[in-house]
Amino acid sequence: MSVRQPTHDSDRDNHPQPPRWAQRFVEWYCKPQLAEDLLGDLHEYFERNVESIGSRRAKLIYIIDAFKFFRPYTVRAPKFIKLFINWIMIGSYIKTSGRNLMRNKLFSFINIVGLAVSMSVGLLLIAFVLDLYSYDKFHENGDRIYRITNAVASNGVQNGKFGTTSIKTGKLIREKMTGVEEVAILRSDFSQDAKVGDNVVPIKGFWAEPSLFRIFTFPMLEGNPATALNDPYSIVLTETAAKKLFGNGSALGKAIKFDTLDYQVTGVMKDVPFFSHIHFEALVSFATAEKINKNDQRFEAWENMYSNYVYLLLPENADKVSIQSQLDAIAREENRAEERTKIQLELLPLDEIVVGEELRRPMGPTGPHMPPVVVWILGGLAFVVILCACFNYSNLSMARAMRRFKEVGLRKAIGAGKSQIRYQFLAEAIIISLAALLLSYAIFLLLRPQLINIAPEMQHMVKLELTPSMVVAFIVFSIAVGMVAGFMPALFFSKVSAINALRNVSSVKVFQHVMVKRTLVVIQYTVTLIFITATAVGYVQYKNILAFDLGFKTENILNINMQGNNPDVLLKELGEMPEVTALSRSLIITSIGNAWGGYMKSEDSRDSVLVLTNHVDENYLPLHEHKLAAGGNFKARPTTANAATEVIVNEQVLKRLNIGAGDPEKAIGEEITFNSFQVHGRKMTIVGVMKDFHYGRVENLIEPVAFMFWTPGDRAVINAKIQSTDMVGTLAKIESVWKKTDRIHPFQAEFYDKAIEAAYSEFSAMVKIIGFLSFLAISIASMGLFGMVVFTTETRLKEISIRKIMGATSGSLVFLLSRDFLLLLATAALIALPATYVFFEKVVLTNFPYHTPVQIAELFVGLLVVLLIAFIMIGSQTIKAARSNPAEVLKSE
Amino acid sequence: MKGTNLGEFEELMLLTIAALMEEAYSVAICDELVQHTGRSVKLGVVHAVLHRLEEKGFVESQLGESTKTRGGKRKRFYQLTIPGKAALVRAKSMRDQLWDRIPSLVWKKA
Repeated sequence: MSVRQPTHDSDRDNHPQPPRWAQRFVEWYCKPQLAEDLLGDLHEYFERNVESIGSRRAKLIYIIDAFKFFRPYTVRAPKFIKLFINWIMIGSYIKTSGRNLMRNKLFSFINIVGLAVSMSVGLLLIAFVLDLYSYDKFHENGDRIYRITNAVASNGVQNGKFGTTSIKTGKLIREKMTGVEEVAILRSDFSQDAKVGDNVVPIKGFWAEPSLFRIFTFPMLEGNPATALNDPYSIVLTETAAKKLFGNGSALGKAIKFDTLDYQVTGVMKDVPFFSHIHFEALVSFATAEKINKNDQRFEAWENMYSNYVYLLLPENADKVSIQSQLDAIAREENRAEERTKIQLELLPLDEIVVGEELRRPMGPTGPHMPPVVVWILGGLAFVVILCACFNYSNLSMARAMRRFKEVGLRKAIGAGKSQIRYQFLAEAIIISLAALLLSYAIFLLLRPQLINIAPEMQHMVKLELTPSMVVAFIVFSIAVGMVAGFMPALFFSKVSAINALRNVSSVKVFQHVMVKRTLVVIQYTVTLIFITATAVGYVQYKNILAFDLGFKTENILNINMQGNNPDVLLKELGEMPEVTALSRSLIITSIGNAWGGYMKSEDSRDSVLVLTNHVDENYLPLHEHKLAAGGNFKARPTTANAATEVIVNEQVLKRLNIGAGDPEKAIGEEITFNSFQVHGRKMTIVGVMKDFHYGRVENLIEPVAFMFWTPGDRAVINAKIQSTDMVGTLAKIESVWKKTDRIHPFQAEFYDKAIEAAYSEFSAMVKIIGFLSFLAISIASMGLFGMVVFTTETRLKEISIRKIMGATSGSLVFLLSRDFLLLLATAALIALPATYVFFEKVVLTNFPYHTPVQIAELFVGLLVVLLIAFIMIGSQTIKAARSNPAEVLKSE
Repeated sequence: MKGTNLGEFEELMLLTIAALMEEAYSVAICDELVQHTGRSVKLGVVHAVLHRLEEKGFVESQLGESTKTRGGKRKRFYQLTIPGKAALVRAKSMRDQLWDRIPSLVWKKA
C-alpha cells in the first residue's frame, strides 16, 4: 500500500499540507497495518482545521496528534526483540566457537593473547578514568558546591587562573550577594607541631569557617559540627589524627599545644575519604587565623589571594547568571582601588576541580588534578592499541576463510540467513573477547602497581581498585571490543554464496579482500612505528632535559630542608664532616618549578618588571658555580631582611630594566627599587651580575632573576656539596646529625639532580606509558604479522613446491614470499616516520624553547627494531616453507 | 481475546458504530459521539478504544476505497461482530431489568 502523498499540482500550490516530518515520524513508529488509517484520520482532521482555524494551528495540532498516537498498541515491536531471539542461538554459537578455537590453536592463541594484552590497557584506562570521576562524590550537595577562582592580570599581562582567592572575596560574597546559600573560607597551610604532654606530632590541615560543615559532607563522630569551629583556638581532628595524639581515649574537650598556645579539641570527625580533593588531618577555626593575623593589614587584602579557598553552596536551580554578574560587580568595585592587579572572579563547579582546567595553586601539593586533555590523549592511544588488536582478529579470521567457507556454506544451504551468519561470527568474536577479558584482568592486576608507581602524584590520585561500576564497565568494554573485532569477519562471511562455497572451495575468491587486509597491516605498522619512534624521540628529549645545562652545577649537591629549624647548628655539625666540601643556605631550590618573586624598577625602566628571586648566602654562588659577568659576591652580612640592600642579578634583569646599556660592568653600583609581598619599595644596589641561567623549568624562557642575601628570618634550605665514595653511609651520618637538630620531623633531603628528575616526572611517566604502549603495539603487530605469514606460506606451499621442482633457489623463494610484506612495511615507514618527525618538531617541542632538534637516528632506531622483528617473523616461516620437501607436499594431492 | 465486559464508553462506541452502519470509520464515529454525547471526544481515544474493541472481538474492520480527501489514505470501516451485537443486547437487557425494578414511587418523591 502506498502512504505517499498524491501529487496534484493544484493541491500542492495553493493548499496547505501537513508537516512532512510528522508524517514520517508516524510512519516510522507505527505498526504498518495501522499507519494508513491513522495518517488518513490525521489528514482529514488537518483539512478540517485548515478550514476552521487556519493552516498554522492546523499544522501544530497535526504534530501534537502525531505524538499523541505514540501509544503501546500503535508502536511496532522494536528490533532488539528480534535480536534477542537470535541471542538464544548463542548456546549453539558457543559450541561452534569452542570447537573452532580448539581446532586452530595457534590462531586462537594469537587472538586471545593479543586481545587480552591490549584490553588490559583499556582496563587500566577505564579504572583510571572511573577513579578520577569518583572524586568528591560523597558530598550530599555535590552538584551545588562551587569554588571561586581568580583570573589575575597584573600590569595588563594575564597571570593565569588561580584556584585560590582572597579572604575579602569570601567576606564580600557573604555580605553583598543574594542567592547564595552558604559561603565558607578555607585557609591553607596550617602545618604545626601538636604537643600533648610529651607527645609531639606534626599536624597538617586548614583554617576553616563553621559553614564548611554545612557545605561539605564530613561526618562528625564527636562534637557538634554547627559550633565546633566557632571560637578561636578550637580544632577539629580527624579520627586518625585524634588517635595519634590521644591514643584510644576520647579527644573531645582536651587541649593541644601549638607553639605556646592552647587549642581545644571541639570535634572529632571521620577521616577524609581518599577520593576527596581536600585532604587534611585537622581543621582549625578560621577565627584563630583572624586573631593571629589581627595586626596584618594584608591578611584581608583583595590581591592577597594565594592561600585561601572560598566555597559556595548555591540553592537548587540557582540563577548562575545573576551570581556571576554579582561576582563581576564585586570584582569591578575592588579592582578600582588596585593599580597593578586586576582580578576576575568565576565559579568553578566541584566536579571540575579534579578533572578540569589547569589552575595555578590547586589545593596544596597533594591536591589531585588531571587536565581532561591528558585523559583524552591516553584514551586515544589506548583506543589505537586496542584497535590494532581488533585488526589482528579481523585479519586472521578472514585469512582463515578457506577453512571456514564450507561451514558457512553448509549453514547457508540448510537455511541460515545472512544475519544469522553475521550473528554467529559476532558472537564468536565476543566470546573470544570475553575469554580474553579474564586473561587481561590478570594482566591488569600485574600492571596496576606499575601504573600507580609511575609518578609520585599517581599514588595520591588513584587506587584502581575494583568497584561494581568498574566490573560493569569492563564487561561492556569487552563486549564492545568483541563487536569491533568481529564486525569485518561477520560482514565478510555473511556475503559468501552457499553454492560456490560448497561446490568448490577454491572457486571462492579468498583474496577478494586482500586490499582491506593490506590496508589493515599498513595501519597497524604505521601505528607501531609511530609509537616506537615517539618513545625513542621522547626518551632522548627527556634525557636531554635532565642533562640540560642550567647555567650552574647541580652535581653532588644535597639539599636539606630545614623544616623551619634554625640552620646554624646543623651547618656547624655538617661543616665538621670530612665528606662535606662546601655548604650554603638558600630560601628555595630553583630550576624545579619553585618560584618567588617581586617587582623591580630602575630609573631607566618605564614599568616595573616581574623578577624571580632567591635568598642565598655568600657561599651559594661558588658552591653552585654560578658564573659572574661582572661584580662580585655579597659584601655585607645583614642579619635582618630589612637590612639587606645588596642584590645580585642576572643579565636578563639588565636587559629588561635597561641598566648599564648592555655592559654588565656599568650596572654595578646601580640602584633598583624592589617590591614584593614582604618588601615595599626598598632601594637595593646591584653588586654582581650573573650569567643567565634557568631559574624556571626548561619549558620556560630564561627570565630575570635576582638573588638577595639570606637572613635568619627566612625559611632555609641547606645546600651541601658532598664528596664521598659511600653515599649511603654519608647520608646516614647526616641523618643522625639531623636528629640532634630536630627529633620530631623526619629528615628531608634530596640530591639536586634527583629533585630535577622528580620535577620532570610527568615527562618520564609519559615516556614510560608510551614506551609500554609501543611495546604492546609491536607485540600485537608482530603476532598479527606472524599469523598472516603462517597462513600465506601454508596456502602457497604447493606453489612453492612446484617452483622448487622447476629450479627456484631457496633465496628467491624467500624473496618471493616476503616481498609483499616488506612492501607493506615500507609503506608504513613512509607514513610513520615523517608523521612522528613533524609531530615532535611542530607540536611537542615548540613548547620547549631550548630543545635539541629531533635526530634522524632516533627515528631510524625505531624502524630498525620493527624491521628486525618483522624479518624474524617472516624469515623463519618463509625459510621453513622454502626448505620443505616438494615430494611430501605434492604427494597429498 | 481479552475480558469481555463492556465499559460505558465502549458501549457508546458500539452503539455509534451500529447506528452509522456502512459509514462507521474513526472520524465519523468521533463526530457522531461529540454530537450525541456533548463530550469532547479526542481522536486518539477513539482509536485506542476501537483497537480494544477489536481485540475483544466486538468489532471487525476492513479498509475501504481510496479517496482523494484524506491525503490519499483509505478509511478503515468498522462493523459489529456477532459477539459485539450480543454484548450490546446483554447490556441493554441488563439495564432494562434494573429500570424495571425501580418503583415509580421513587421518582415521584424526588
